[in-house]
Amino acid sequence: MGAEREVYLDYSASTPVDRRVLEAMQPYFSEIYGNPSSAHRQGRLGESAIEDARRRIAAILNCRPAEIIFTSCGSESDNLALRGTAWAAWKRGKPTRLITTPVEHSAVTETVMQLGALLDIETDFVAVDGRGLVDEAAFEASCARGGAIASVIYANNELGSLNDLARLSAIARENGIVFHTDAVQAGGQLSLDVEALGVDLLSLSAHKFYGPKGVGLLYARDGVDLIGAQTGGGHEGGMRAGTHNSAFIVGMARALELAHQESEARRAHFSRLRDRLIDGVLERVPGAILTGDPVRRLPSHASFILPGLDVNALLMHLDMKGIAASSGSACKTGDPEPSAILLAAGYRREEALCGLRLSVGMATSETDIDYALAVLGEAALKLRRLKRAYA
Amino acid sequence: MTSQRKRVVVAMSGGVDSSVAAALLLEAGYDVVGMMMRLWTDEAAGGAEHNRCCTPDQMRSARAVADQLGIPFYVLDTQAVFRETVVRYFIDGHRAGDTPNPCLACNRQIRFDWLLRNALALEADYMATGHYARVSDDGVGRRQLRKGIDESKDQSYVLSVLNQGQLSRALFPIGEYTKAQARQIAARLGFDAASKKDSQDLCFLGDQDYRSFLRRHAPDLSQKGPIVTRDGEILGEHGGLSNYTIGQRKGLGVSSNQPLYVLAMNPSRQALIVGGRDELGRDELVATGVNWISEEAPAMPFRAEVKIRYQATPQRAWIEPTDNGGFRARFDAPQRDITPGQAAVVYQGELCLGGGLIAKFDEAAETRASLQRAPG
Repeated sequence: MGAEREVYLDYSASTPVDRRVLEAMQPYFSEIYGNPSSAHRQGRLGESAIEDARRRIAAILNCRPAEIIFTSCGSESDNLALRGTAWAAWKRGKPTRLITTPVEHSAVTETVMQLGALLDIETDFVAVDGRGLVDEAAFEASCARGGAIASVIYANNELGSLNDLARLSAIARENGIVFHTDAVQAGGQLSLDVEALGVDLLSLSAHKFYGPKGVGLLYARDGVDLIGAQTGGGHEGGMRAGTHNSAFIVGMARALELAHQESEARRAHFSRLRDRLIDGVLERVPGAILTGDPVRRLPSHASFILPGLDVNALLMHLDMKGIAASSGSACKTGDPEPSAILLAAGYRREEALCGLRLSVGMATSETDIDYALAVLGEAALKLRRLKRAYA
Repeated sequence: MTSQRKRVVVAMSGGVDSSVAAALLLEAGYDVVGMMMRLWTDEAAGGAEHNRCCTPDQMRSARAVADQLGIPFYVLDTQAVFRETVVRYFIDGHRAGDTPNPCLACNRQIRFDWLLRNALALEADYMATGHYARVSDDGVGRRQLRKGIDESKDQSYVLSVLNQGQLSRALFPIGEYTKAQARQIAARLGFDAASKKDSQDLCFLGDQDYRSFLRRHAPDLSQKGPIVTRDGEILGEHGGLSNYTIGQRKGLGVSSNQPLYVLAMNPSRQALIVGGRDELGRDELVATGVNWISEEAPAMPFRAEVKIRYQATPQRAWIEPTDNGGFRARFDAPQRDITPGQAAVVYQGELCLGGGLIAKFDEAAETRASLQRAPG
């Protein structure tokens, strides 16, 4: 308890709510509290806040406001995209194949597998390369066989690599397949222009870009055949029933707006610190391997394999020194499983148990990075020494 | 302020004892870190089976206690080293015809070695467990191991393998309390564990008994062999020596005009040697691989009390030296269940002097003779 310094390097897992965002949300807890579906003044004020948020988000995504569906999180958005599309295709007797990759967030992977099993439809996990990027030729071959939806992650949560969505979405479109991307990690850092990206469906989650947890969205291009996955009161064009969370929706819009306005400064700050981290880790930890694409990666994201190190023990050592980090095989039960994403990228089982992810944020400083590197180097040395005692 | 506080890592199991140990250390002003070892996942049982002390339930319970106390809590993957030391020791012991006590091996090689090293690497000054035992100073800078205040719960037996280096880092906070008091403290603090019953069996066995564990993990131990008397009479066949323990009466499956007990085993012949109650007692044992807590063999012979099993009552004996650096315990009265592979632990009052492993009896020659005499 009471480490001398707190250095949070797990912004890919979640970010703090920006004070400016909190301020924007504040009135919508106890002052403007009406149900946005109600016809009275309180209700109208709530509705107006939500529709204003929708317009501001649509401007950033370069889409129409009506194409934004508010949800409770990125996982829900992924579920709606996949279920909604698969059910619609299945119901209308259209091609139902589900195309995705083996390096998606589990919200995509598990949903695809469940849909495949429940509806007895074909699923295809297209191969990725060593950086975790989709093999375009394999993707094209899969799309040529037809399907309802192709879902490819924008920025990989474990590897940081960025897929070329414009090229992949064009391939899907040529084959008449709806293209979805989980842009949860990319949100707040990369362009979300749905026209430039060519995507039909896109999932976002506010807490990855200094907004609150518990709110997300799905962009659904006008004309995409979608069946609502959560039925009820017909909110969100019948796509997502449930009373609107006005405060959080307002917060998400403000957070996205700030990220958009400050994108250049943030990107420069993130990538400078990230590169300092990468250089430092590779220098201080013998045998460390940078995973993911060295160049085409999330500005805030550094990921490694530290061969032969018990990464969960390493996380404990970092935590005791006030440093928050994460691992693809992070596990609270002492029985780590190798990271499925590292395995899919071609790493061996022993390597896939040794993934480490460090991600920087707006509050991270160079001193923080240097402190983290010193602690990490020392902890890695200690753990190696311990391990040698039992070799 | 935090810098002067001594850091202690508590080995937590989710049970009453280690939970209360953590709470007491925190009250005493230590910088407390909770750790739990993931020792075992039974692959042979389909992977889903956990050992008794790291079931999801126990883990949740330990995590809840740590959370309530506001201390960090980590689970360490200890599976590889546990398998290579304790589980191997257990199986090899049975293979040699002994009845090993894996808790001793675990304390020596896992808790007070592997975990202790991990604790020290985490800049801990001490490591604590929920054992009912006490450590004191002998006045000339050496640590002494004492029974816990609650003699009915005393666990110094399984700690008799520790050395000075290990004891200088060890804290046993609940050794100063009775089990009833520990339960009261747990109840006062609102720990769920307060009402849990004590764990009895070996932690890695899960819900199976050790015989089925051995059948699965060391099928070679299920080799059949004869059940013979010391006189060479073959009374029947047994399904593997590891199914038996010295002094066992039930489950022999042979009929006789008197109750029969397991007297000994001869693994080279796969023979289970049985006899009447009067043959069961032995008035001495030889211990090898001896650990004296003081790290210096005491002047022998001397009078002491010897505990031959974890649950046994200490019995008065003379302790004499043997040629190989071990000791011979000569009991005032014959002891029934002297079992090779278990520890013989030497006490003087509440002081635990150390112990060793009970060596095999010189049974081989005896059995060979008896088998040769046996008809057919």
